Amino acid sequence: MEDNIRLLINNISVVYADVIQVLKGVSLTIRKGQIVSLLGSNGAGKTTTLKAISGLLKPENGKVTEGSIEYDGEQVQNSSPEEITRKGIIQVLEGRQEFKYLTVEENLRVGTATRWGKPYQKDLELVYRYFPALLARKKSLAGYCSGGELQMLVIGRGLMAHPKLLLLDEPSLGLAPLLVKEIFQIIRKINEEQGTTLMVVEQNANMALQIAHYGYVMENGKIVMESTAQELRENPDVKEFYLGTAASGALKSYRDVKAYKRRKRWL
Amino acid sequence: MEFFLQLLVNGISLGFLYALSALGFVMIFKSSSVLNFAHGELLAIGAFLFLALSTWAKLPIILAFAVTLIGSFSLGFIIERFFLRPLIGEELIEVIMLTVGLAAMFKGLLLFIFGGDIHSYPNFLPEGLSMQWGAIQIPSVYVATFIIGIIFLIIFGFFFKYSSQGIYMRSVADNQPAALSLGVHVRRVFALSWAIAALVCAMSGIVLGIINGVNVHNLSAIGLKVFPVVILGGLDSIGGAILGGVIIGLLETFTGGYISTSLREVVPYIVLVLILMVKPYGLFGLVEIERV
Ligand SMILES: Nc1ncnc2c1ncn2[C@@H]1O[C@H](COP(=O)(O)OP(=O)(O)O)[C@@H](O)[C@H]1O
Ligand SMILES: [Mg+2]
Repeated sequence: MEDNIRLLINNISVVYADVIQVLKGVSLTIRKGQIVSLLGSNGAGKTTTLKAISGLLKPENGKVTEGSIEYDGEQVQNSSPEEITRKGIIQVLEGRQEFKYLTVEENLRVGTATRWGKPYQKDLELVYRYFPALLARKKSLAGYCSGGELQMLVIGRGLMAHPKLLLLDEPSLGLAPLLVKEIFQIIRKINEEQGTTLMVVEQNANMALQIAHYGYVMENGKIVMESTAQELRENPDVKEFYLGTAASGALKSYRDVKAYKRRKRWL
Repeated sequence: MEFFLQLLVNGISLGFLYALSALGFVMIFKSSSVLNFAHGELLAIGAFLFLALSTWAKLPIILAFAVTLIGSFSLGFIIERFFLRPLIGEELIEVIMLTVGLAAMFKGLLLFIFGGDIHSYPNFLPEGLSMQWGAIQIPSVYVATFIIGIIFLIIFGFFFKYSSQGIYMRSVADNQPAALSLGVHVRRVFALSWAIAALVCAMSGIVLGIINGVNVHNLSAIGLKVFPVVILGGLDSIGGAILGGVIIGLLETFTGGYISTSLREVVPYIVLVLILMVKPYGLFGLVEIERV
């Protein structure tokens, strides 16, 4: 096995409540230091894939029933979230999920749970350096922060855990385009400066493919396409269905109709 | 006037006591949404453990006190580990029935060992602790209660506000899935809240034992008073539990002092019903932060 591989998902199936099969033979590879993007429309199984990695399937009564997940060469499928977080995998949940009644700084401090008792002052400073907006709000309750601040907060909170693999679930969800751009630039900077390996799940393929090195497209619990981010950006299907920029207007009428149908199914 | 001040001080001291024990109840509820119906029995266990250690084993008072607190803390851990944990994820009613069952079991055990009589502690509070201002005389128990109450409330305030472990505990109460995603050991937080709850219960149990004598039935009945206190304060609010405790304490002493001692036990419940009619979430219940 190559030793620059951080995570190797090998043909996993995931089943909820013993009967609902959501992932059907998903394989993907994340190399150290890379940003890998997982694209797909609503309900494709992206969040389920992240939860399979982070162990958070367990509390939802989900299970990896086939295949394996290797993290730094060690099998981790179906381990508990307490174990997996302590190995360095942190998932930043979809929809922010701040601690409403804790202040911004207290929220960040929860990120030290995997290394309780160790100093964290430097890490706070680091997070505030990446997200200066948080510094100004550090004493206010997270419940009163804006959506953009909250997204920064939950990413920063994940960073506090010193992750070796940070999983971001739809960081752009519900945010204004300018804010999304800012946040993605910070994500790229974190990757470059801290060397953090990242997996970014998105419906917003445009932003995700701009910062990612490699990308996967998921549909109905299966990976349907994978390639370097650049190739994906130039792929006509991806352009049509995820980037919303069809190459040329009236060129292929039949395909357009088909595309329209597919798009409708996805939305 | 002197009488009024005396009642005021007694009421506040008693209120701190209720607040302290209510804190334990609220903590368990906040972290794991479990209503602990064995609350009064935890008070009683603490009081009797101290009785056994101080009068039977004849340990020095300070040592007996320390061992009681450590013992209760451990008991809380054990209760969570062996009784509550297997029920994580089960229906609320099953968990409530479990705590009702625990209450019956503890009460039975205490009655078996100590009988239903009123026991009393040796008189160990220094007389110098009592205070006298003109005609007002505050007995040393109340002064001690007041001091212990304040000290513990401050320690708790600091623990939850500033310590990492306290912040992890609050994060679980706030958003359990998010806490889990960051590696907070949620089951350990549940266990810790039971341990701390048992500890503060023991603390209050001992002081109540000094005031009223140590009796299984009395102490487990006083445990029920946690309900008006926390419902008044809002089930999920620690600050509310403290205020609720003080309000109930004052209501009791003033009713006892000015109206009738036999109404003393009833008035808190009447107030409770009245308040619930006006504010169903309690006076200080958390208002959900809504985003627009
Ligand atoms: N806890 C669960 N129990 C049962 N089915 C689930 C659960 N979570 C998700 N699913 C189902 O799995 C499918 C994929 O969901 P998800 O992984 O959240 O997709 P995505 O993140 O790509 O939108 C959906 O059809 C959803 O209904
Ligand atoms: Mg999702």
